[in-house]
Amino acid sequence: MRIPCPLCGDRDRREFYYMGAAEALTAPPGPEAPPEVIDDQLHLRTNPAGETRDVWYHETGCGAWLIVTRDTVTHAVHGAVLAERRGTTA
Amino acid sequence: MAFSGWRILREGLTGNKGWGPLWRTPEPRKAYDALIIGGGGHGLSTAYYLAKNHGMTRIAVLERGYLGGGNVGRNTTIVRANYFLPGNQEFYSHSLKLWEGMEADLNFNAMHSQRGLINLFHSDGQRDAFARRGNAMINQGDDAILLDREGVRELLPYLDFDNHRFPVYGGLLHPRGGTARHDAVAWGYARGADRLGVDLIQNCEVTGFTIAGGKVTGVETTRGPIAAPMVAMVVAGRSGQLAAKAGMRLPIESHVLQAFVTEGLKPVIDHVVSFGMGHFYISQSDKGGLVFGGDIDFYSSYAQRGNLPMMEHVMEAGMSLMPMIGKAKVLRSWGGIMDMTPDGSPIIDKTPVEGLFVDAGWNYGGFKAVPASGWCLAHLMATGDSHPVAARFRLDRFREGVLLDEEGTGAQHNLH
Ligand SMILES: Cc1cc2nc3c(=O)[nH]c(=O)nc-3n(C[C@H](O)[C@H](O)[C@H](O)COP(=O)(O)OP(=O)(O)OC[C@H]3O[C@@H](n4cnc5c(N)ncnc54)[C@H](O)[C@@H]3O)c2cc1C
Ligand SMILES: [Zn+2]
Repeated sequence: MRIPCPLCGDRDRREFYYMGAAEALTAPPGPEAPPEVIDDQLHLRTNPAGETRDVWYHETGCGAWLIVTRDTVTHAVHGAVLAERRGTTA
Repeated sequence: MAFSGWRILREGLTGNKGWGPLWRTPEPRKAYDALIIGGGGHGLSTAYYLAKNHGMTRIAVLERGYLGGGNVGRNTTIVRANYFLPGNQEFYSHSLKLWEGMEADLNFNAMHSQRGLINLFHSDGQRDAFARRGNAMINQGDDAILLDREGVRELLPYLDFDNHRFPVYGGLLHPRGGTARHDAVAWGYARGADRLGVDLIQNCEVTGFTIAGGKVTGVETTRGPIAAPMVAMVVAGRSGQLAAKAGMRLPIESHVLQAFVTEGLKPVIDHVVSFGMGHFYISQSDKGGLVFGGDIDFYSSYAQRGNLPMMEHVMEAGMSLMPMIGKAKVLRSWGGIMDMTPDGSPIIDKTPVEGLFVDAGWNYGGFKAVPASGWCLAHLMATGDSHPVAARFRLDRFREGVLLDEEGTGAQHNLH
């Protein structure tokens, strides 16, 4: 599996550290959020079989956090954007 | 039809013509008293104990493929009770006791072999941690023996004791730990349940739930609707997808765990050996194959096959621990879909939908749990109360902050 880092280009999966589903990062609840919302963000997952978006850290590369769009059934990687540009599609 | 040595002898002398199928292949009825979704180890043992312990025989197991075709037939079969945290301890202790009586109870040879499990340690700090774990196991009523380096050498002379990165300091021996024939466990429970009148329906995928006024009334399946006032979701790696059909999100992320087996060899590895620091564990099957594995692939996946980097990592760890295995040829590798929770512990509980139960989150350790999980889920369904040894496997424990993080690695699904 290769991940297309927007800064470094196509890199081996081993250079990246998996940080979990992007749904948690893309809609962080504020500090006033009720416990159910925080529980949902931290623990509950949509866990799709098919297309998913998750966060990867380019640990031994540029150090950027990426949001990667990929397929959990086929291992296909469709694209990646910098996490700071989240909201724009990968 | 009961199995016995005498029976095998008689069949052998009469051309083996007397054997029949182990269970019926019934058509689904329109309604049952309870439905179990998932014909893996946990679903089948739940059905068996519902019938045996609670007299509920108008029940069915609905399996989308064939019985035992999921993780129960893909795992590396380690059975142990070496947990540390209250909540896990009493549950796995109960499970190991059930294992010890299971074959007689089911009249089925599951090849349960208590050959001893050895967890290696490689530093003073790790020795302290294992001494503490061993004491916890003894306090729980199970067995543990702390071995020093020479003690390990006596049992496992083939290890590289002077590995520069992880020299072997000793190991924690759990004599009652061991392995079993995974398929046989599924078949034994299936046959046991069938003999008590449970309908085992294969090629029957649950595609939806019928819920009225917050109460479950049945399921939609690829073989038509089936009504029941009680339904249990026992589908391991597919739990998230199934629960979504009941409008629920679960604290579960699905990950792939790989395993490997070599060609058959003469007996060489007599125990289960676990090299936690290298993410590697191994045992030898009764056919002679070395069965080994490591960690999950680390990112969410439903692929049921693994990735090459993890394969390389596992092989490297094996080579550094026991260089001799470099001579063995790997025959096959495969992967299963693990239902990972944020604390690495499972869930056996009711759900917000009345009559709908969930048994999931077994991570990569649910094979050893097969008997106790079925025992406890059956208890919960039949009596409405959690069984005392599974009382902490609550669905809401993450929200309530009462996690069971056995490895202390934090609330991220892939870290357990
Ligand atoms: C490589 C590997 C090694 C492992 N090693 C060990 C080990 O050494 N020790 C240990 O204790 N555990 C181990 N495990 C974990 C253990 O195998 C699992 O935790 C356990 O088998 C899961 O429970 P189960 O048997 O009920 O799951 P499964 O056998 O997966 O059963 C779930 C069933 O549900 C069915 N299903 C799914 N969706 C639907 C639907 N919509 N309708 C109907 N049916 C459905 C599936 O087809 C499947 O048959 C390992 C797992 C793997 C993959
Ligand atoms: Zn990069």
